[in-house]
Amino acid sequence: MSVTDLATTERTRPRGAAFDPIFKWICAAAATTLLAALTGIVVLLAIGGWPALSRFGLSFFTSTDWNPVTDVFGGEGPIVGTLVTSFMALLFSLPIAFGVAVFLVEFCPRVLRRPIGVAVELLAGVPSIVYGMWGLFVFAPFFASYIEVPAMSAAQPGSLLEMLTQGVPNGANILTASIVLAIMILPYMAAVLRELFLTVPVQLRESGYGMGSTTLEVVTSITLPYVRRSAVGAVMLGLGRALGETMAVTFIIGNSHTLPKSFFDSGSTIASTIANEFNEATTPMYTSALIALGFVLFLISFAVLAIARALLGAEKAV
Amino acid sequence: MASFRRARRSIASGAFTIFCWAVTAVALAALAMILWSLLVKGVGGIDQHTFTMDTPAAGSVGGLRNAIIGSVIMCAMAMAMAIVVGVLAGTWLAEYGRNSFYANLVRFLNDILLSAPSVLIGLFVYEFMVAPFHGFSAIAGAFALALIAVPIITRTTEDVLKLQPTALREAGVALGTPHWSAIRQILWKSAGSGILTGGLLAFARISGETAPLLFTSLNEQFLNFNLTKEMASLPVVIFNDALSAYDDLVRLAWGGALIIAVAVLGTNVLARIITRERHPS
Repeated sequence: MSVTDLATTERTRPRGAAFDPIFKWICAAAATTLLAALTGIVVLLAIGGWPALSRFGLSFFTSTDWNPVTDVFGGEGPIVGTLVTSFMALLFSLPIAFGVAVFLVEFCPRVLRRPIGVAVELLAGVPSIVYGMWGLFVFAPFFASYIEVPAMSAAQPGSLLEMLTQGVPNGANILTASIVLAIMILPYMAAVLRELFLTVPVQLRESGYGMGSTTLEVVTSITLPYVRRSAVGAVMLGLGRALGETMAVTFIIGNSHTLPKSFFDSGSTIASTIANEFNEATTPMYTSALIALGFVLFLISFAVLAIARALLGAEKAV
Repeated sequence: MASFRRARRSIASGAFTIFCWAVTAVALAALAMILWSLLVKGVGGIDQHTFTMDTPAAGSVGGLRNAIIGSVIMCAMAMAMAIVVGVLAGTWLAEYGRNSFYANLVRFLNDILLSAPSVLIGLFVYEFMVAPFHGFSAIAGAFALALIAVPIITRTTEDVLKLQPTALREAGVALGTPHWSAIRQILWKSAGSGILTGGLLAFARISGETAPLLFTSLNEQFLNFNLTKEMASLPVVIFNDALSAYDDLVRLAWGGALIIAVAVLGTNVLARIITRERHPS
């Protein structure tokens, strides 16, 4: 462009500038689809579940009478089953995940650190149906013959142990479901906790060692306090995963809608009930009851995940 | 007295060290055992018919051809939708929305959607697309999978765009480029490998998802390319076969599980390699 050109032409807007606001709106629309999707989930689940919720009212939450034949549905069994299995899974996997994370950060020989870290992260991505199949075909038979049967035959009639171990010894019960769930969320929680522990400044930990602290003292009085909030958030994320997990549980929980009376009793979770029965639901009320269960699950996991995200803080979310 | 306390401290710490070593060994052993039985039983379930024949009736010879092709079709459709929406949404969060109230709201909801139970996504799509149109379809299945992939892609796109230096944006402005061309031709290009990683992770995630497909694309015995009809998918076939009472179907389910696991792990490894080449650690 010569000098005369510059003098004669006005400063024009660059080519394509007119598209700027349009592009901005397209991007904003894409972001809004996320909002729309979540709103859609809440609204459609609420609408779909409304017939069952309005007809059975509070008894939907307090009755275990789940009877497709008479079209009467009480969801207490699956709701309690979801909470019990998730919390038990968390109880089993939290100490182990914590130990693995500490091991990777504090004790692991340098050569092994990367391979084990990568292995843990990769395992967190294995589809849950794989864990479900392993639970059904490998773990359940093993558990039935080596743990359930001995425990049940060792139990004195009338003793506490007998109460805790009653059931059919086929390996499909809430305890095995919780253990499979625990194994499934373990790599995920270990990976998240390890990430958190790595955010602790090395100087802080080393000054602890410099003062003569033992490893245990560094972990409990420096590392843990530093990541406290986020660590609780990470645990809640693990809980959120366990609550909504479908496939790993459906295979192995035994699918009965009563309240589990012992560890070896079969039960059900909301997700497993929906996965098993939705396509067989014959009456509109049956379908509605299943969607109402889904709505309850949504509320529970929304609360758990919202707390987790708030604790983790936006920038640390995994 | 002092030496007694020191001994107690070092014993406690030693016990803790042993605990950490032990649980790591137990955890790795358990996970190795799962992968081992998957490998052994999975290899036993794959034969020359697995990739060339469709779902068998119990007792007859068959394979997973229709399920594999169905999975590929639905995942591809889902990824096509999810990449467009996810990249644009992530771009909006990083470049336009930034810290506005609406952007923070979208970011929060995206994080919720990221870990929302996938069975509920399936129920939602059933209510949204299947019930109104009176029919299960591959499109509904792909839509459900896309809903799971979008939050992952949005999140990674936003994260990598935020990592791009401000100097890049300023260079665009200095050249007189319109903002949207600068995003397209400078930022997206330099963030390309990061966005690709996000896409691969999302693909790995949805290719193993079962629950969202159960009530959307259902299942189909035969090879089928009609997107408005039911379509078989690997996870759903595994689910059905594994719960059947027939040994040959169970064998086939193990073969399918191995195929999925290999695909998912392979994609994850690929994503890691891409990230590592770009940001060597």
